[in-house]
Amino acid sequence: MTTETILNSKQFELTINRLCYQLIENHNDFSNSAIIGLQPRGIYLANRLKEVIKEKAGIDVQTGGLDITFFRDDFRRTDKPLIPSATNMDFIVEGKKVILVDDVLYTGRTVRAGLDATMTFGRPSSIELMALIDRRFSRNLPIQADYVGKSVDAIESERVTVSWNEVDGEDKVTLHKSDHE
Amino acid sequence: MNKGLSADHLLGIKYLTKEDIHLIFETADSFKGVINRPIKKVPALRDVTIANLFFENSTRTKLSFELAEKRLSADIVNFSAGASSVKKGETLVDTVNNILSMKVDMVVMRHPTPGAALFLSRHVDAKIVNAGDGTHEHPTQALLDTYSIRERLGEVAGKKVAIIGDIKHSRVALSNIFALQKLGAEVMVCGPTTLIPRHMAQLGVKVEHDLKKALSWCDVANMLRIQSERQDINYFPSIREYTMQYGLTKEILNNLDKEIVVMHPGPINRGVEITSDVADSDQAIILDQVENGVAIRMAVIYLLAAKIDRV
Repeated sequence: MTTETILNSKQFELTINRLCYQLIENHNDFSNSAIIGLQPRGIYLANRLKEVIKEKAGIDVQTGGLDITFFRDDFRRTDKPLIPSATNMDFIVEGKKVILVDDVLYTGRTVRAGLDATMTFGRPSSIELMALIDRRFSRNLPIQADYVGKSVDAIESERVTVSWNEVDGEDKVTLHKSDHE
Repeated sequence: MNKGLSADHLLGIKYLTKEDIHLIFETADSFKGVINRPIKKVPALRDVTIANLFFENSTRTKLSFELAEKRLSADIVNFSAGASSVKKGETLVDTVNNILSMKVDMVVMRHPTPGAALFLSRHVDAKIVNAGDGTHEHPTQALLDTYSIRERLGEVAGKKVAIIGDIKHSRVALSNIFALQKLGAEVMVCGPTTLIPRHMAQLGVKVEHDLKKALSWCDVANMLRIQSERQDINYFPSIREYTMQYGLTKEILNNLDKEIVVMHPGPINRGVEITSDVADSDQAIILDQVENGVAIRMAVIYLLAAKIDRV
């Protein structure tokens, strides 16, 4: 197994900053917008965006964490965990401009489930998608992100992991390749 | 990663481990969130078909199961003994196998015979959920009762729970005793001598015949109904006398030096085992129990559905 750093902590910070400015550009004062992070790892991106937007623009964006376990399309088909993480949505999304965020966009199936799960909290006026890492050419469904931190071309046997300072001690994105490919 | 229940069916609390119960509780926490959303439904079980077989009358349990199944997006068929071939002489296994040949994955059954669910699980190829088998067990009721205690008091372990009333004819009592003990609570049963089975003490349960003593001991009082329909003889002189000795009133509660939680599995006989002002007070969590019932049943059905053979 060899690993390659895709974003080091400096580049990571620049990317997050850029994504925040893009959001500020499109959502002005966020008065009718909400950022929803997909559990388990998307919430770190949602929280970071909230923090940086507060710092850059002085705006406190409404954020939530959404679990999609019960909306998956692979129940009884894979060994994915049965038990959901917490859903922390203390608002309904009726009429809101929702920004769904996740760390890695891969097959698109999680996002598909995320769209359905979001709609159980009301009918949003729009939903946009942000991915810190977009694994290109690997989609199973016709889903593309509106905001992308970095695009990565990785084959199926490779893995992309996003580490966060608050849980993993460092901000970084790594590509893991298996040697005998 | 995919650590599910240790049991393949929910036949009784007796067959569950403490870890199973905690798993059901954690899953129910999520479903409780789901049923409080604007859209109270998830698509998880859209390819699962469930038959609800009620060989004995039930209103709230049947309704609660049906609602739980529908909120999980399962397809359901209902069957009541009154309108069935059972009256024409068909056996239980035949009845159920006939239903299963219509491709049903799970059976929720209430039956007047103790052990009916266990029997069925050995003879038919479907996940079985016991919704009450005679005077034996009513596992989902015990799960929702202990879940409601956990919700109100933070945890079940170390709590003192008194089950008061007709213990002898109550499947709720037996399932509750097993669940409470597995979760580390202390259990007492209280009622007239005639309504407490002789071997109760062998279950490690305290036995008390004085209502006031039981109440001053406990943190939670679970009041049971007198099951007149199961009583073949008179176990006490009159309902009035029972009420005088075992009826829970506001006055008795106010005279305790602490505030206890009052539970009732329903249906309530107001003015018999519990007065209206107690049933409607803040100390009573009777309606929370009903709400939690749907979340608990969603959790049980979801976790068992995960064990149906892979698609």
